[in-house]
Amino acid sequence: MQSLEVKQLSKTYGTNEHAVQAIRELTFDVQQGEFVCIVGPSGCGKTTLLKCLSGLLAPTAGAAFLEGKRIDGPSDGLALVFQEYSRSLLPWMTVRGNVVLPLLAQRLRKKERELRAAEALAAVGLSDFADRHPWQLSGGMQQRVAIARALAYKPSLLLMDEPFASVDAQTRADLEDLVLKVHADFGITVVFVTHDIDESVYLSDRIVVLTQRPTTVKEVVEVHLPRPRAQMATKELAEFTRLRGHVFRLIKGDTADAPPAVSEPAAYEAVIS
Amino acid sequence: MTRRLRGFFLEIWLPVAVVGGWWFLSEDSTSPFFPPLRVIVDAFEANWVFERIGSDLLPSLQRFGLGLAIAAVAGIAVGTMLGLWTPVRRATAPVVDFLRSIPAPALISIMILLIGFDDKMKVSSIALASFFPVLLNTIDGVRGVEPQQLDMARAYKLSRRHRIFRIILPAATPQIFAGLRIALAVALLVMAFSEMFASTNGLGFFILFAQETYRIPDMWSGIIMLGLVGYAVNVVFLLVERRALRWHRGWRATARDAGGAA
Repeated sequence: MQSLEVKQLSKTYGTNEHAVQAIRELTFDVQQGEFVCIVGPSGCGKTTLLKCLSGLLAPTAGAAFLEGKRIDGPSDGLALVFQEYSRSLLPWMTVRGNVVLPLLAQRLRKKERELRAAEALAAVGLSDFADRHPWQLSGGMQQRVAIARALAYKPSLLLMDEPFASVDAQTRADLEDLVLKVHADFGITVVFVTHDIDESVYLSDRIVVLTQRPTTVKEVVEVHLPRPRAQMATKELAEFTRLRGHVFRLIKGDTADAPPAVSEPAAYEAVIS
Repeated sequence: MTRRLRGFFLEIWLPVAVVGGWWFLSEDSTSPFFPPLRVIVDAFEANWVFERIGSDLLPSLQRFGLGLAIAAVAGIAVGTMLGLWTPVRRATAPVVDFLRSIPAPALISIMILLIGFDDKMKVSSIALASFFPVLLNTIDGVRGVEPQQLDMARAYKLSRRHRIFRIILPAATPQIFAGLRIALAVALLVMAFSEMFASTNGLGFFILFAQETYRIPDMWSGIIMLGLVGYAVNVVFLLVERRALRWHRGWRATARDAGGAA
């Protein structure tokens, strides 16, 4: 069954001669329970796309559908994890307060809210930190709080906007595995935007590769790597290497294989010899 | 403990030196305007322990507290509205800028015309004068909310009430407190000043009346009392602020560390 369907979605900023087309007639779909990564060159309309999908921004043309229903505003079925946890978490609230906050909009009893928050924090391994404030935690832990906040909302679709862009490599690997685990345990559909090609191959069932602005779909790459995945074993597979090379070429074009320019050092050597 | 003790001595030595110096230098004074501190202390004891606490200090504090409370509530409420509502903010900006540019004591003469000489005039003057710093700082604070926090609130479909009370106002508290701190000083000033107009009680009245009737030691004792009141309300305010903005200090400290590391 289809979870998300994006049909001919376009978004243009401004009008007339100042118009900038960020997205042009973007079409792809995401099946229920699927893990789909969206990658593209930097500066392409990834964030615009996510804002349209989460209902924060209205598309200029075309539409996106969540479980058959047209997205025309923020929806209960969808939770968004932002790129910068330090800006989307509220520093005046405890970790628990942050996780409970979105549940206030839903008609839940206090007990039910607390229970859901506790479950979500347990899922990301932060049960012992519920009474801390976000700024008392490391960057990786803060992003886990943001993930817990999204999980407590019980969405059918989890949208993640380059969520691990600002953490160090080891924390990033841990968080990737955490998201994979959450995806498996909760049976949740994940749409994950990233600029990191390895990350996209490691995580997803399919990769939607985007073009430069105006952004459209270049290719949808199927990833048939076995699950569960593991940082070492998966990344050592020949298929992993093939896929990452393929995606890399899709994004960088043919110049990806050219060696880096060496003309200047060569000229330098010529002078001193 | 020793560090706290050292801090205490660091803060206390100058006041002690000033009072001591004043005491010894004024001891032989025969000037009617600068009586020996000993005489002033006697007057202070006669007036404020506890003869005039109920008749002059409490009415002053009531006016001050009520005026400041009205200013705080109105300033935060109106400031939130103007901060969120750009067309209205822009439409009212010239009027607000004009009114806030009028020196606070000048407002008192308008208030006398409008309201008369009673307590209501004093409370209104205090409230009006200390309203503007709260208003302007609240507007700034509300406008400065992190856009991503508002996006987050929208994506999670938080109601307007939750958005205002859980996100916008808490985010603006550092600025609001900065405004309140200015408002506190303004309120104290206008309190003392308004009581000098056709009053029958209050600290301002007491000081001016003592001066006009050549009870100079009484006048000095009133000024000292006013200073003590100002000091005390500031200390109370700082305690409240420390508590309310504990998250802000912690958050800023870690943000600075992260910035340094990056």
